[in-house]
Amino acid sequence: MEQLMQQVVSGLANGAIYACVALALVMIFVSTDHINFAQGEMAMFSTYIAWQLMQWGAGFWPAFFIAIAVSFVGGLTIERVILRPLHTAPVLSIVVVFIGLLAICNSIAGSVWSYLIKEFPSPFPKDTFGLAGLIGPHQFGVVLVTIVVLSLLFVFFRFTPLGLAMRAAAQNPVSARLAGVRVDWMLALGWGLAAAVGAVAGTMVAHIVYLDPNMMGGILLYAFAGALLGGISNPGGAVLGGFMVGVLENLVAFIGNAIEKSFGVYIIGNGEKLTVALIIVITVLTVKPSGLFGRVVVKRV
Amino acid sequence: MATTETAAAADAVARQAATAEPPARAAAVKPWVWAVVAVAFVLPLLKFVIPGVISDYRLFVISTMMIAAIAVLGLNLLTGFNGQISLGHGAFYAVGAYTAAVMLDKISWMPDYYFLTIPAAAVMCFVVGYLFGLPALRLEGHYLALATFALALAVPQLLKYKWLEGLTGGVQGVVLLKPSPPFGLPLSEDQWLYYYILVIMVALYFIAFNILRGRNGRAMMAIRDHQMAADTMGIDTAQYKTVTFGISAAYTGIAGALSASAIAYVAPDSFGFFLSISLLIGLVVGGVASLAGSIIGGVFTVLVQNSAQALSKFVKNDLGLPFDLSAYAVYGILLLILMYVMPLGIAGGIVMAWRRLRG
Repeated sequence: MEQLMQQVVSGLANGAIYACVALALVMIFVSTDHINFAQGEMAMFSTYIAWQLMQWGAGFWPAFFIAIAVSFVGGLTIERVILRPLHTAPVLSIVVVFIGLLAICNSIAGSVWSYLIKEFPSPFPKDTFGLAGLIGPHQFGVVLVTIVVLSLLFVFFRFTPLGLAMRAAAQNPVSARLAGVRVDWMLALGWGLAAAVGAVAGTMVAHIVYLDPNMMGGILLYAFAGALLGGISNPGGAVLGGFMVGVLENLVAFIGNAIEKSFGVYIIGNGEKLTVALIIVITVLTVKPSGLFGRVVVKRV
Repeated sequence: MATTETAAAADAVARQAATAEPPARAAAVKPWVWAVVAVAFVLPLLKFVIPGVISDYRLFVISTMMIAAIAVLGLNLLTGFNGQISLGHGAFYAVGAYTAAVMLDKISWMPDYYFLTIPAAAVMCFVVGYLFGLPALRLEGHYLALATFALALAVPQLLKYKWLEGLTGGVQGVVLLKPSPPFGLPLSEDQWLYYYILVIMVALYFIAFNILRGRNGRAMMAIRDHQMAADTMGIDTAQYKTVTFGISAAYTGIAGALSASAIAYVAPDSFGFFLSISLLIGLVVGGVASLAGSIIGGVFTVLVQNSAQALSKFVKNDLGLPFDLSAYAVYGILLLILMYVMPLGIAGGIVMAWRRLRG
C-alpha cells in the first residue's frame, strides 16, 4: 500500500511536468488551432540554454529565469517570423513546418552541445525538502514550482487587462480586433508564453531524465495525452489531464509489476511507456475527442 | 447560409472536374515514362560498356532509392491524394519489414521463396492500415497528425515488446540473407536485387496510376478537396478513407519488406521517428499528390542520408562553421524552406516554372 502511495505521489511529480507542457500546447492550440509538435524540442533547447549559462558560472535560479526570458523572446520570434506568413496555409504545410522546427531544434542542440547525456543539477536542498519516504526533494520542488507557475498564469489570464485581451483574441479574433485588441500580437505573445512555460518544464525535468537532445520525446507524448484527456481546448482541463496521465503512467507500471510478481506473466512495464501514451491518445481522440473537460466544438459548414 | 456554401463547394468540385482534361486520354502513360523504365532495365547491362560508372554498390544505392520511392508513394496515396496526414508511416514500413524478416527467419523453406514475403507484407500492412484507418476516420488534420505522430514515437518500443521477442529478436533484431539470383542467372546479388525491386516498383506504380486515373482515384481526390461535397455526391467517404489507409500502408509495407531483403537486417531502432520524417520529407520534396514526385522524393531522401557525412565535413572544413550538419538538420531546414518557396515540391515547382516559361 505504501508503495502504491509512493507511486501515486511520484506520478503527480511527473504529472506536474506533463501539465506544464500540456498547458504550453493548449495555449497555442486555443489561439491558433495548431498543435505544436516542436514544443518538446523547444523546451529542450531552453534547457540547454540554462545549462550553458550554468556552465558559464551562473547559479541555478539566475540561469532558470534568463532561460525563461530567452525562450519567451524565442517563441515570440518563431511566431512572428516563421508562422505568421503561413497564416492561411493548409494544415499539411503547418504540420510540416512544425516537424521541420522539431528537426532543426533537435539537430542544432545536438551539433552545438553534442548528443552526449549530461547531468543537470537540482536547485532544491536535499535535507530540508520533501516528505520522508513519500516524495524526494527534487520531485517535491518540481510540484511546488509548477503550482507557482500555474497560479501566476491563472492570475495573469484572469485578472490582468493583457490576459483578458489574449483570451479575447483566442476566443473571437474578429470581435477582439473590432474592440481594439491587437490580435496578431496576442498570438505572438501566446507563443512566447508557451515557450516560457515549456522552458520551466524542461529545466525542471532535466534533473530527472538527464539532459540530452532527445529527452523531451516521451514527455511531449505524455503531454499530448494529458492535454487530450483533459480537453485540448481547456487550459485547466489540460493541466488536470497532465497530472492524471502522470499518475496513470506510474499506476500502469505498478500494476504490471504486481501482475508479474503474483502471476508470473509479463504484460506491461516500464518498457511500454510510450505505447501507453499512444493508447491514451488514440482512445481519447476516438471516444471523446473533446476530452473530459473540453468544450465540444460544433463545426459550422 | 450553410447550404449555399456547400453548394458552392460542390459546384467548385464539379467545375474543377469539368475543366480538367478528359480523363482516359489525357491520363495515358507519357512516352518519357516508358523511356525511363527502359533505361532503368538496361542500366545494369551498361556495366560492360562503362564499367567505371556502373558498380554493384551504385546499383545497390539505386535499389534503396527505389525502395524509398515506393514508401513515399504509399504516403503520397494517403496524404497527397486523399488528404489524410500521416506522420507515422514509418510504423507500416516497420510492420512490412518485420513481416518479411520473421517469415524469412522462422520458416525454413522461406528464403528460397523470398518473393512470397511481398504479398504477405502487403496483406498484413493492408489489414493493419485499415484497422488504424477506422479510428482515423473520426480525426481530421491536426488530430490525425497527432495520432500518427504518437504512433511513430511508439513503434520502436512496440517492436521490443517482450512477448514478441521470440519472433522479432528484441533489441538485437533479425539478421537475414540476401536473396540470390534464381535459375543460375549470371547476375550478382546486387544486380538481381536491383531487378527484383525494379519490377515490383514498376508494377506498384502501374497499379497506383490506374487506381488514380479511374473512378476510385477521383473519389479519393474529391474527398481530399472537400469531404462534405464528396459525401453529397454519393461517395462512401468512410469506406474510401479506410481502404485508402490500407492501400497506402500496404505500399509502404512492401517497401519495408523489400528493405528487409535488401539490407538483410532489421532492428527496432531503425524504425524510429526519423524514418517517418524521412518519408514525410520525401513526400514534400517530391511533391504532394505527384506520382513522379514520389520518385524524386525517394531519390532525395537516400541522397541526403548517404551524403550527410560529406555534407557535415563540407560545412565544418570548407565553410568553417562550428556545426555538425546532420541529415536531420538538412531535413528540417528543407521542410521549412520548401513550405515557403515550393509548396508543391520540386516536381510541382518544375512544372510551374515550365508553365510560366511557356507563357
